[in-house]
Amino acid sequence: MRHLASYILTRLLLAIPMIFILLTIIFVVLRVMPGDPVSAMLGDRAPLRVINEKKHALGLDKPITAQYVDYLGQLARGDLGNSMIFQQTVSSAIGDKLPATIELTLFGLLASLGIGIPLGAAAARRRRSGRDFGIRLYANVVYCIPVFWMGLLLQLLFGVVLGWFPISGRTSPRVTSSAFSWSGFYTIDTLRIGNVAAFGDVMWHLVLPALTLGIVLSGIFVRLTRANMLDVLKTDYILAARARGIPERRVVFNHGLRNALIPIVTMLGLQFSLLLAGAILTESTFSWPGMGRLLLERIYLRDYPTIQGVIVVYTLLVSVMSLVVDLLYAAIDPRVKY
Amino acid sequence: MQSTSETILRVNDLTIHYPISIGIVRAVEGVSFTLADGEALGLVGESGCGKSTLGLSLLKLLRPPGRVTGGSILYRGTDILGLDARSLLAMRGRSISMIFQNPLTSLNPLFTVERHFLETIHYHDPSLSRGKALAATGKMLATLGIEEKRLREYPHQLSGGMRQRIMIGLALIMNPDILIADEPTTSLDVIVEAGFTELLANLRKVYKLSIILITHNLGLVAEIADRIAVMYGGKIMEIGSAQDIFARPMHPYTQGLIDCVPNIQLDQKELVTMPGSPPDLVSPPVGCRFAPRCPKVMPVCTERTPRLLEHAPEHSSACWLYERHG
Amino acid sequence: MGVPAARFSPAGGLANALGWFTRTRRKYGMEWWIMIAGMIVILFVVTMTVFPGLFTRFDPNDQNAGGQMKPPSSEHLMGTDNLSRDVWARVVYGARTILGVAIAAALVSALIGIPLGLLSGFAGGTFDRILSLIMDSVYSFPGLILAIAFAAMLGPGVINITLAVAVVYIPTYFRLVRGQTLSIKEEVYVEAARAIGARRPTILSRYVFPNVIATVVVIFSLNIADAIMTEAALSYIGLGLPAGIPDWGMDLSMGKKFLPSGMWWMITFPGLMIMLLALGFTMLGEGLAEVLNPRLLEK
Repeated sequence: MRHLASYILTRLLLAIPMIFILLTIIFVVLRVMPGDPVSAMLGDRAPLRVINEKKHALGLDKPITAQYVDYLGQLARGDLGNSMIFQQTVSSAIGDKLPATIELTLFGLLASLGIGIPLGAAAARRRRSGRDFGIRLYANVVYCIPVFWMGLLLQLLFGVVLGWFPISGRTSPRVTSSAFSWSGFYTIDTLRIGNVAAFGDVMWHLVLPALTLGIVLSGIFVRLTRANMLDVLKTDYILAARARGIPERRVVFNHGLRNALIPIVTMLGLQFSLLLAGAILTESTFSWPGMGRLLLERIYLRDYPTIQGVIVVYTLLVSVMSLVVDLLYAAIDPRVKY
Repeated sequence: MQSTSETILRVNDLTIHYPISIGIVRAVEGVSFTLADGEALGLVGESGCGKSTLGLSLLKLLRPPGRVTGGSILYRGTDILGLDARSLLAMRGRSISMIFQNPLTSLNPLFTVERHFLETIHYHDPSLSRGKALAATGKMLATLGIEEKRLREYPHQLSGGMRQRIMIGLALIMNPDILIADEPTTSLDVIVEAGFTELLANLRKVYKLSIILITHNLGLVAEIADRIAVMYGGKIMEIGSAQDIFARPMHPYTQGLIDCVPNIQLDQKELVTMPGSPPDLVSPPVGCRFAPRCPKVMPVCTERTPRLLEHAPEHSSACWLYERHG
Repeated sequence: MGVPAARFSPAGGLANALGWFTRTRRKYGMEWWIMIAGMIVILFVVTMTVFPGLFTRFDPNDQNAGGQMKPPSSEHLMGTDNLSRDVWARVVYGARTILGVAIAAALVSALIGIPLGLLSGFAGGTFDRILSLIMDSVYSFPGLILAIAFAAMLGPGVINITLAVAVVYIPTYFRLVRGQTLSIKEEVYVEAARAIGARRPTILSRYVFPNVIATVVVIFSLNIADAIMTEAALSYIGLGLPAGIPDWGMDLSMGKKFLPSGMWWMITFPGLMIMLLALGFTMLGEGLAEVLNPRLLEK
């Protein structure tokens, strides 16, 4: 246990420089880049005095280094600042949009695993067959499909033409989210109060967006699973298990797949990053009320503090996920020493 | 030395082929031998002579594209090659078991020792309670000289010798009749090897095992085997009691193998080797497969294949030196 | 083994290259054809870029092309959009936008990333460690979000969007070249210690550098594929180019509004083109990877 704690600590310490660098880059991009946000907001015709007043109020007239220190200090306190456009803190603007994005991203991840792993395993079992070739082709092509196009196509086919699934929002208009909203994760929230109908509605709305993400990002899992399975199926312990009279199905699943899946865990962090990025586009396509849509909306409105806040939250999300993945890996592979 | 016990394994004219892109590898060709109850048979030969392939085929563990294309393997009268899937699974690990060369890679790195045993027991005897299964495992470990606390450890935490013993334990936990050992000591150091031999002799008595020992190590075979079959190029060249093979070898290949083992008691100036290399199994030479390397080769050897015939009591060889040719 | 050095005469060089071509083709089967397929797609789109007139007689911005929201017909291969513009024309002319930005961005990335990687690898020390840390941090961050941030700050415009896309891939080239540089560096120092003499540089230039170049070329192609997707994404969310310039991503976002009424042609074709073009460069890159750097037989 002591070892585990120090392992976590070490990982955290390693993550901090990276987070720090990213936060600095965000600062540089958003403050130092050309374009005067205040003029943009108030218009060029606004009198200089008004512009300067506003700048002072926002702290934008201080020297850059002072602004940087302020920025870090604020973040350390957990304060993401205030919106420049609306009367709200950035944190409240983000509010329940964060769980919306995380929920979408996680289901997208589940979908990509749920599609990718079985396909990869199926391909490995019939190597060099037509099935194998088809699956590998799928894996390579799928990554080149723009995620927003995939979303549009799914909307067209399953939403408009077939009418099986909804194409926007997290819930139907008749379902009021405020009735159950607690954590912001509607799947958990509806189950928590036992509202099965609402749960069904929430899941129904998740299908197309999650599939969009899932299909486009399943390719890597197909390839990884296939490659790992092929390696594993050649090992001696598989042969030895068969020699002991263990049925083939169990050999493939318990001995084969479990070992093959371990390297996949290491990929989860990278895939999560890609999923977050894809989620922004998916949220736009499906009018999903998440951070991605918030980001785009505030970019349009030139609300810099909110833009900055959202990107900071994304950074933290990615770092946390990366840490979680490392811990997960250490937990499931007994050979990892900590 | 006629064994008075029954024959429990009879291999008849077994032929195994591997189709590959450039042709068919004739890995094993017309091999026949028997194994008596309680007997230890050594299967020796160089790498690539087909002995490992033969061993795998006894449990129908051949990897495709390898296939048995002819012959039969009779275990207590039933042809293993004709068994359906369920009977085959029941037989593996329970009637006939196999252990392999590398103990580390033969154990699942994600399974504890305990899990390996419980799984095997469960699939052969599902009605046995977990408690009883654990008890049986504990007993086995004691016989193997492994502490009980090792049950909860993973393979990478154990030493090479321990893993080897675990592998044997897994093979014997269901008390099989026959144990096939494929190069069991090749990846072990000499001291562990000595321990292995002792353990095997012990277990053999306790469990009344019959053993097929597949190896290129003549020393190992001399210690353990009652009878020895010498393989070359996919065929059996000579078969007889261990005594006969070592004291009165018939086949020039056997003689060559024995000569190759460095003897500390002789004043050897150089290591003895056999010139040439193993035959191409895709297009093997016509006639005797050893002819190209044989120091006693005759014209007939490259024309016709000698048959495996009993030229002395309980001692057969396939060689034109003994078979009449005219 | 990299590409064999051409002999000094151009004819000899050509003959050598052709010989290598045919030998490679026979040797590599599937990967070769994948590479060729990729090349064909790219060539097709490049022709579209350079000679749009060959493909369509309509002007992409002409709002009188012939009727609003018409489905595909013999007159308009891909129908017309909500402003009565011919969709196929917009696809054809849009090619130059997306291809131009993607290639330019990849070039900028390479031109910044490669020298930085070389420098960092050779210099070593604290400079290298800090720069590597920065590059690794950026690399681990979702690229699209970075591109969005840059595009948002820089504002609309072709150059701005190129820069925004370019930033994302700089760490890729950096890491690649730095890695190669480190292993070269090791060789040179070890050999210098053994004082073997001038033969080392020849070996390095004949075997090591061709491999580095081969890897860079492969990454460049794959990079362009990625850049295409990023550019399309940026213009889809409206961060891209001014309205007058035909762009596939933007057309998709416009077409989105009319989806509920079942107007499928406005989104199907631009999206398909994005996918095909990205696929083309991907296949080229992966085919090249197998051909230029022969690996052990793939599983």
